[in-house]
Amino acid sequence: MKRLIPLVPALYILFLMLPIYWLLNMSFKTTNEILGSFSLWPNEFTLENYRTIFTDPTWYMGYVNSLTYVSINTAITLVVALPAAYAFSRYRFLGDKHLFFWLLTNRMAPPAIFALPFFQLYSAVGLFDTPLAVALAHVLFNIPLTVWILEGFMSGIPKELDETAYVDGYSFPRFFFRIFLPTIKAGIGVSAFFCFMFSWVELLLAKTLTAVEAKPIAAIMTKTASSAGYELGLLAAAGVLTIIPGAFVIYFVRNYIAKGFALGRV
Amino acid sequence: MATKTDNQKAWFFVLPVVVLVAFNALIPLMTVVNYSVQETFGNNLFFWEGVGWFEQVLHSERFHAALGRQLMFTGIILAIEIPLGVAIALTMPRQGPWVPVCLVLMALPLLIPWNVVGSMWNIFALPEIGLLGRAINAMGIDYNFTQQPLAAWFTVILMDVWHWTSLVVLLAYAGLISIPDAYYQAAKIDGAKAWAVFRHIQLPKMKRVLTIAILLRFIDSFMIYTEPAVLTGGGPGNSTTFLSIDLVKIALGQFDLGPAAAMSLIYFVITLLVSWVFYTLMTRDDAK
Repeated sequence: MKRLIPLVPALYILFLMLPIYWLLNMSFKTTNEILGSFSLWPNEFTLENYRTIFTDPTWYMGYVNSLTYVSINTAITLVVALPAAYAFSRYRFLGDKHLFFWLLTNRMAPPAIFALPFFQLYSAVGLFDTPLAVALAHVLFNIPLTVWILEGFMSGIPKELDETAYVDGYSFPRFFFRIFLPTIKAGIGVSAFFCFMFSWVELLLAKTLTAVEAKPIAAIMTKTASSAGYELGLLAAAGVLTIIPGAFVIYFVRNYIAKGFALGRV
Repeated sequence: MATKTDNQKAWFFVLPVVVLVAFNALIPLMTVVNYSVQETFGNNLFFWEGVGWFEQVLHSERFHAALGRQLMFTGIILAIEIPLGVAIALTMPRQGPWVPVCLVLMALPLLIPWNVVGSMWNIFALPEIGLLGRAINAMGIDYNFTQQPLAAWFTVILMDVWHWTSLVVLLAYAGLISIPDAYYQAAKIDGAKAWAVFRHIQLPKMKRVLTIAILLRFIDSFMIYTEPAVLTGGGPGNSTTFLSIDLVKIALGQFDLGPAAAMSLIYFVITLLVSWVFYTLMTRDDAK
């Protein structure tokens, strides 16, 4: 019985990998082979699908656009969320609890509700079809979670750290940047990971707020799926390429990922 | 936990967040409120409608049906993902070289764009070309999720379990590894059975993270849009049209702004109420 226990996670991981393997398998097949026959591995192995993506600007610019707004979003979110999380973890002030819950309510708002108003708002301020519009829209969903995670990590750090620094003659900004931020760098890494995660995977808003110039890869994929016939091989290759940045960032936060998902409060 | 001091100047620290979120949340929300009480015939002409749209939505069978499907979907995936996630977390190794491997592989589905998840499951489950579709049909079960409502439900739920169970696993695992070894040793000396250890040591330690897991899974499954939209498009018929899919159909498909806005607000209020209950439960535990 005891020896069978490791089988459970192993089977679960196998279940997780199966659809990913199937996508990979499809991406190395020609569309004819996909529609014409059924095989567990590609018989006519081809890299044509990947070549199309890397040579056609409408395809590869999609990745550039997505990575651009994800980066802008992560930067904005962290810069504004760090001081806010510090305030929530260290001070009591008028309306702090209500403010915190109000921030969280924005994480609870279904993006579908905001699709149309966002479109109108960002068109009115002339940001429509720019990466900045998508970045700002995603900030709404990332700030609540980031403040929450950072507040969790910061509250785990004893207040004596702050007090000792002041006794040693540190000014607040020097303390904050030289001592405090390095102490919670795991929390910052995890928060950046979460910002990346949401912004990278979200499609509805990203698609609504862009038309041609800033179109994210996800939107290009859905368009291909419906218009250019049924190029499954190409679609699969594009899908595989969207998994790689995610796998890359997970590797960096692998030791903190569990703590991060617990919002820094274990 | 650090004790807090009174400091009203802390407002300056939160001001950037407040400004940014207010710009992003309040303006669109007011736009929605504005639409929800007016009728428009195009040309930017608007007429006062009062609470008419709200009454219409609350009494419409279409909304009831979408809400019913939504509640059923959220209920089912919570009932599967939470116990399954806890079970997997319990069987995971606590230390050694396999831990990071498990964590990275398990977190992978969480980082895949939602539309790719939809497309991936589409090619995986199609009866002709998909591995899953082929396998089920080979077992002698007639399975085609593009035509059979039951098969569509099965596929959407399996996809969600695939996509999100890892979140529960990671949270539960984070709770488990925070339990000091001394607890287990004490239980061993007392001769506690595995079930007793789970019930009296592991479960209480996981309570907090599990509340977060349920809260996040509730919120995200309640607003699910992209994955089923790509996989089934809400079909066959309307059988997998959840609230967000229905809302997008009304707002961006038919451009019925009034009813869509009223539905948005009702939808938001429901999400908010349930989340508030969870949040209160959580912060009440913190206060202890």
